[in-house]
Parts: sequence; structure tokens; C-alpha cells
Amino acid sequence: MFVPLLVLRNAFRHKLRTTLTIVGIVVAIAAFGMLRTIVDAWYAGANASSSARLVTRSSVSLVFSLPLTYAQKIRQVDGVKEVAWANWFGGVYVNERNFFAQFAISTPSYLDIYPEFILPDDERRAFLADRLGAIAGRKLADKYGWKVGDQIPLRGTIYPGTWTFNLRGIYDGADEGTDTSTFFFHFDYLNETIKRQYPGRGDQAGVFVESIRDADDAAAVSQAIDTTFKNSLAETLTETEKAFQLGFVSMSEAILLAIQAVSYVVIVIIMAVMANTMAMTARERYGEYATFKAIGFSNGFVAMLIFAESVGIAVLGGLLGIAATFPLASTFAHTIGSILSGFKVSQQTVALQFAAALIVGVVAAAIPAWRAARVRIVEGLRAIG
Amino acid sequence: MARAATRAAGDDALHVGTPDVREDGVLDDDASLPLVSIRGVSKYYIRGDQVIPVLVDIDLDVAAGDYVALMGPSGSGKSTLLNLVAGIDKPSAGEIRVAGVDIAQLSDADLALWRATHVGFIFQFYNLMPVLTAYGNVELPLQLTSLSRRERRERVDTALALVGLSDRATHKPNELSGGQQQRVAIARALIADPTLIVADEPTGDLDRTTAEEILGLLARLNAELGKTIVMVTHDPKAAEKAHRMVHLEKGVLVG
Repeated sequence: MFVPLLVLRNAFRHKLRTTLTIVGIVVAIAAFGMLRTIVDAWYAGANASSSARLVTRSSVSLVFSLPLTYAQKIRQVDGVKEVAWANWFGGVYVNERNFFAQFAISTPSYLDIYPEFILPDDERRAFLADRLGAIAGRKLADKYGWKVGDQIPLRGTIYPGTWTFNLRGIYDGADEGTDTSTFFFHFDYLNETIKRQYPGRGDQAGVFVESIRDADDAAAVSQAIDTTFKNSLAETLTETEKAFQLGFVSMSEAILLAIQAVSYVVIVIIMAVMANTMAMTARERYGEYATFKAIGFSNGFVAMLIFAESVGIAVLGGLLGIAATFPLASTFAHTIGSILSGFKVSQQTVALQFAAALIVGVVAAAIPAWRAARVRIVEGLRAIG
Repeated sequence: MARAATRAAGDDALHVGTPDVREDGVLDDDASLPLVSIRGVSKYYIRGDQVIPVLVDIDLDVAAGDYVALMGPSGSGKSTLLNLVAGIDKPSAGEIRVAGVDIAQLSDADLALWRATHVGFIFQFYNLMPVLTAYGNVELPLQLTSLSRRERRERVDTALALVGLSDRATHKPNELSGGQQQRVAIARALIADPTLIVADEPTGDLDRTTAEEILGLLARLNAELGKTIVMVTHDPKAAEKAHRMVHLEKGVLVG
């Protein structure tokens, strides 16, 4: 118990200095965790994607839609099990700040292709039976306090007018990675309305989603689908759902790289601050270290005292930082709403935070410990007096 | 060299009688093996292309149970000589044998082990660990031994009682007076029952009354426990308590 007690007492000899250092580490580790979580959230959609699903879109751009008639041809491609389609709606709920994803989907095919959306049977039946029906994810419903039976008005930005939907069901995710912050309603309702109001814009789908029989055939099936529409007026680009999601992520790649860089810079900065603290601490105690050595303690013992103190402070700050990350992430997720649906501190992030704290402690102590171990006893003793 | 007049106890109280010593500080009796034997020791520092001598060809013996005061003006090399004897510095040339061991030849790690078992240090500014209590400071050298907690406690209690600080065991250095701190340092120097106690200006930071107390304590350690003491001091009154005085000037023994 001698060494732990000595280290503990030494660590809190200058309470203000140690407290400020710990606060710095808490902030740095929490910031590191938050930034890592933001990056993770960006990739959450791609990570949750199924490898047995393909997405077909216009080869020119996602902005251009595809004829609905493609569905039948896609279904005939060897390896395709089922086809569904969806349109991005882009409506505004109450005001622009309330952003969440809204899709007009083919029913029931879309729900069949996405079994991870768990909807009670009665709510599913009610949704399928109501042309104006809609379903919302649990997270989204909780955020706005929606209940089954509520009417949800959306002001269209792509499709003008106010669209009012009857909330017929609230779905849960099959696992934690499933996004439950999306709003779905019937494609038929949208399509019929558009055809009535803007005849030229009807029977168009934003994307087709296919489930395939064998995930290993994804490349071949994708190529077969695209070949089917080669040299047509609306050529297609088919890819796995994961590649499709990563395509969105890649649009923000520079930002993500910057966030990742900043997360590591934060650690490097706190490492420098901690190293300065430990250097100052060790310099003040050269006389004591010399006394330890004169009494018979080894150079290694002196180095170990510094390492233990540094690592102890860093790990304490790290653990507090990790603990602080969870409420911070929760508050942040609540504030940003459903922009980043998978905003959750992962175990990997926690492990990285802990490793970062440990590295900060070890690196910060390295030079002071080396110097203290090497300092000659007679020189160290001169520091006293 | 004349012996110091103020021995705390008679020769029979020491484990070893005080041997006759020549004017140059070397023991006269060849049959008597000195505890500390210094032969041809020099110490110099090199700054750039300049060689700065600190000690020049020193020969000195200290018998077991002796109490030697190293005296001399500032910069005469007395503290350097003490550091060499204590094994916290190494000579540039020569041989230093303590209890038969040529400590100049020991590696740093072996020297640390040797110091732990053979040397007790008393410093001018006490050099106590500020985060440890008097008890913890005295116990420090015992942390390097395999003694049980109970055995350590017994020894520390005895050492603190010896220096009259049993009631201050739980006090930290900043809660003790200078004299009390030095007594804690003496207890720490004694605790591992070292062969040799080295004291560098042990009364240099104390008032006269407290200095007398500390010197009385050192004399008791020498007389009653037979501890060999080598003490550096500027103070003639302190030096008088020793059996003999060794004078250094400009790195050379002068008597």
C-alpha cells in the first residue's frame, strides 16, 4: 500500500493544479468521444445496411427519378427476390428546424424488404388499409410526442401543398443499429395526387430497392439490372445498400476527416498540457527524488512514481470524461433531432477514449520520468534549501 | 589529531575503540581495519577544456564507532568528500572502501542497495517527504526491506521514541518545528541500522538551542549505539562534539 498511497498523496499535493489538469482531461476525453460519436453516427446508416439489398437509382443523379415501370423489369432479373420503391418527400413539420426523413414507399413490398422495422400486426394492417396512413419510427414519435391516431401535417417542399397523414403505427428497430427516426407513407397516395395535380410528374420512383436471393450475387445482380436499362432514356446505377449509403457519407468525407483530425488534435493538446504539468511537478520534486535515491530507492522506483502519478491522473480524468460523454451525447442527440439518427456512444469509442487517456498519462510522464531517473543525487539534493 | 573532548560516553560504550590516528588522518594501527578507508581519492569536474579539482589525493580512515567532523571553508570539498563516503557520488580517482567494499566499483543499482543497508543520511534541510507523516518518513528505508508491517511498526516506534517524537508520529513535516524535523530525519537515518551515518551540516538550519539538542542526540547515537558518524559542519561548537576533526582546504586534507 506504500506506493499507491504515496502516489495518491503526491498527485493531490497541489490540489488546484491537479484538479485543473483533471478538468482539462475530462473535457478533452469527452470532446474526443463526442467527435468520434459524430463520425460513427455518420456511418451508422451504412453500417446498419443489409448486404442482401440493392438500391437502383438514375445513373445520372439521384435527383432524377426512374419510371415506375422499371419495377416489373427489375423483378424479372435473375436473383432478384422482391422489389420496392420509394420517393424522398422532403416535407416540413411545423417549421424548418424539425427535420426528419420522409419517404413515400410502395406497400407492402417496402416493409417486407425491411424486416428490421418491427410493426405490430394490427398497426401494420391499419397502415396498409388507410391510403392516407403513415408510420413513424419510435424515436421520431417520442421526439414529437406522436401517438397512433394522430394527424401529422407536412408542408411539401418538392410536392407543394399541405399533406396530412394519419399516424397508423409506430415501428421499433430489430436491433440498436436500426434507424427509428424515419416517417413512411403510401407511395400510391403521393403518386395519385401528383398525377392529378401535375400529370407529367406521375409514375416516377426516386429509387428502387431490391432484396436478392444470395448476398454473394450482389455484384452480378447489380450489373444485370443496369444492363437491362442500358441505352434507355433513364439508365440506372445499382449498388448494394451499403455502397449507396456510403455514397452519401462520401459527400461529407472532407468534413468527417476534419472532425476526426480535430478529435486527435484535442488529445495531442491535452497530452502537451499534461506533459507540462508532469514536467513542472517532477522538477519541483528533484530534491525528493534525490533523497529517495540516497536512501537506496532505485532510479526505476523514481520513474515509476512519476508514471503512476501521471497515469493515475490521466485515467481518473479519462474515466470522468467517458462518464460525461453519455449525458453530453444524449443532450446533443436531443438537440440535433433526427439529423444523425444513430447518435450513440459505442463501446469502441469508450475503448478509444480510455486508450487515449492511458496514452496521455504514459506519454506525459515519459520525459519527466526519464530526467528524474537520470538526475544525479548530488545535483538533486542541491535543489533543496 | 586531538580527539574531541566531549564524548557522550566512555570508550567501553562503543563497539569499537577509537584508534590512534596520524596527523594526515590515516589510521596508525595496521592491524585495525578501518570501517571507512579512503586512499588516493581525487574528484574533479571538467567544464569545457578546464579541469576543476575539488578533492586532491585524499587519504583518510574512519574507524568503526568513530565520530568524525569534516571541517573547512565553503568550497573546500568537505561535502563532496562526504558524498563520496556515502556512495552518492563517485571519485574521479582512488579507492573508497566501506566495511571492506570498494564502493567506487559498484554499479548504480548495487550502490543503491548498498546505501539502503549501510548508510543513514542526515541533511541540513532534513529532506523529509512532505506528504508523509513522521512515522511514514521514518519507515521509508524499511520499505526496501522484507520486514513485515508489524516488524516495521516496532522499529519505527522504537526509533521515534529514541528521538523523543513518539507523540508526533502522525504529524507531517510542515506541522513540526525544524528541530523536530531533524529528529525525524535522524530516526530515519537510524531505522535500518546502518553501518555509517553521514550528516551534512545537520545543525546548519537550526538555532543554537535546538542545534545543541541535535548534537546531543548524535553524540548519544555514537556513544550508546556505537554508530559511526561522519559529519560535515562549519560550526566549531558542533565539531567539538566529534571525536576528531578533519580539516579540508581547497580539496586537500590539512589536518
